[in-house]
Amino acid sequence: MDLTALTITEIRKLLTGKQVSAAELVRAHLANIDQKDKEVRSYLTLSPERALEQAGKIDRMVSADEPLPRLAGVPTAVKDVILTRGVRTTCGSKILENFIPPYDATATARLEAAGACVLGKTNCDEFAMGSSTENSGYFTTRNPHDLTRVPGGSSGGSAAAVAANLATVSLGSDTGGSIRQPAGLCGVVGMMGTYGRVSRFGLVAFASSLDHIGPFGRSVRDVATVLEVIAGADPQDSTCAHVPVPSYEAALDRDVRGLKLGVPKEYFAGLSSEVGDNIQKGIDLLTKLGCQVESISLPHTDYAIACYYIIATAEASANLARYDGVRYGFRSPAYADLRDMYKKTRDQGFGAEVKRRIMLGTHALSSGYYDAYYLKAQKVRSLITRDFVEAFEEVDVIVTPTSPSPAFKLGELVDDPLQMYLADIYTVTADLAGVPGISIPCGKTKGTPPLPIGLQLLGKHFDEERLLQAAHAFERAGGFEIA
Amino acid sequence: MALTEKDVRYVAELAHLELSEAEVHKFLPQLDSILQYVDKLNQLDTSRVDPMAQVTLPATENPSLRLDQPHATFSQDVALANAPERAAGCFKVPRVIERE
Repeated sequence: MDLTALTITEIRKLLTGKQVSAAELVRAHLANIDQKDKEVRSYLTLSPERALEQAGKIDRMVSADEPLPRLAGVPTAVKDVILTRGVRTTCGSKILENFIPPYDATATARLEAAGACVLGKTNCDEFAMGSSTENSGYFTTRNPHDLTRVPGGSSGGSAAAVAANLATVSLGSDTGGSIRQPAGLCGVVGMMGTYGRVSRFGLVAFASSLDHIGPFGRSVRDVATVLEVIAGADPQDSTCAHVPVPSYEAALDRDVRGLKLGVPKEYFAGLSSEVGDNIQKGIDLLTKLGCQVESISLPHTDYAIACYYIIATAEASANLARYDGVRYGFRSPAYADLRDMYKKTRDQGFGAEVKRRIMLGTHALSSGYYDAYYLKAQKVRSLITRDFVEAFEEVDVIVTPTSPSPAFKLGELVDDPLQMYLADIYTVTADLAGVPGISIPCGKTKGTPPLPIGLQLLGKHFDEERLLQAAHAFERAGGFEIA
Repeated sequence: MALTEKDVRYVAELAHLELSEAEVHKFLPQLDSILQYVDKLNQLDTSRVDPMAQVTLPATENPSLRLDQPHATFSQDVALANAPERAAGCFKVPRVIERE
């Protein structure tokens, strides 16, 4: 039996049946990482002691026949922008190369309280800024389906780790598509709940009005279980919503007949034909399952990338002001005075994309430009959100491709920031509007090797249940392997 | 090109980034092309649109403030553990006040 290819449900059965121990599960994953991660390069830092200590606790509970928590013994990876107490957290940035967090993010704490074994921290674009994981200050993660291609980003390490059986589930963060896009490119399930669904306490801030934490898994059920564990109000995060968390697992098996799906025409312009063909097959499958499909319009879609890159960079320029070489992180070794120390520290500590975005955001917020850029973008954001609110008066769930093309080659877009930004064209809208989204596998391309294609479902605010319901029906009907 | 080299240097100064000459010349056309792309927002008439100030919809009654009660927090040592330089229980920075 391959201990690295299991679902949460299977792990639970094996543990309670005393057929496998949590320590064996963790060791099997560490061995797999040792072997395969030389090529995939999904982990930045491993935490074997922490994972094995937690596994020991779970195994003692098993021997004592105590009831096991939801994620007991589940080998889990955490994106390196999410704090783990005592385990180095770099955000993929040299400026935090030696940063050891003194506390856990709420999401990390909730995972571990539910019995998950955290194997380590996964690679990502520096401060989650990127769509390919090539902006990591350390190394580039490769797509497990084709090592010459990107895994997507910014949560590329978390997506690749799950796709390559180097973790059962993982956490990522999504600000403009950073969970859904790599999930699509790596052929796994990735979900972002409604804005405020999951606490961001301990998520290193990139763009606070857009940041989300969410799960990756190889099945919709695994993702539903993790989301249920990490969701819900948190006294440490005043932006985390006080909306009760329903049982997402209970939503999975609800009948999808009569569910109204909207297909926005704006999301089908400019995508590769292979992606278009597969998404159409996916929509046909959902129709066959009894969903009612209708064409809708989200008329401001075309403005989303422009809107996003003003708001996200403006917020980032403010959030990243804290990296000044004083309280934590890197400090330039040679400088003339305090101001010179700030400037040298930041120039030497940040990579090119982070500097570019800080520059863009600082420009957008600077005197004389605020109204033209930031205020304008916030108004357009209202229009984009209104599109969704109006569409959801007609339909329950919106279906789109996750990305316009399958995984691109390493290095292909790295010197063309604008083209790289356009890789997020179908995902940024949900972050701007604050609605939840999930990317699920929808077959592969016909090439050699075949590359995964992602189908995205978007839902109403706080209606994660219907996304999971539709995604699960799709998975059960064989949609993941559609051909 | 709308953005100038002077603009790039000015913004870098505001952002506390000491860009090298090479970086200034690399970023200028990149930032300029992004700003030109962003200009498409001006195609939209937003004179009657309010800026989005609240992401979570519906804006539910959110008891978002926790009780203001004292609780345990980091010790000085823990708070300073990641400091690049520390001295006498404080973060150490270059001198900003001249001695007489």
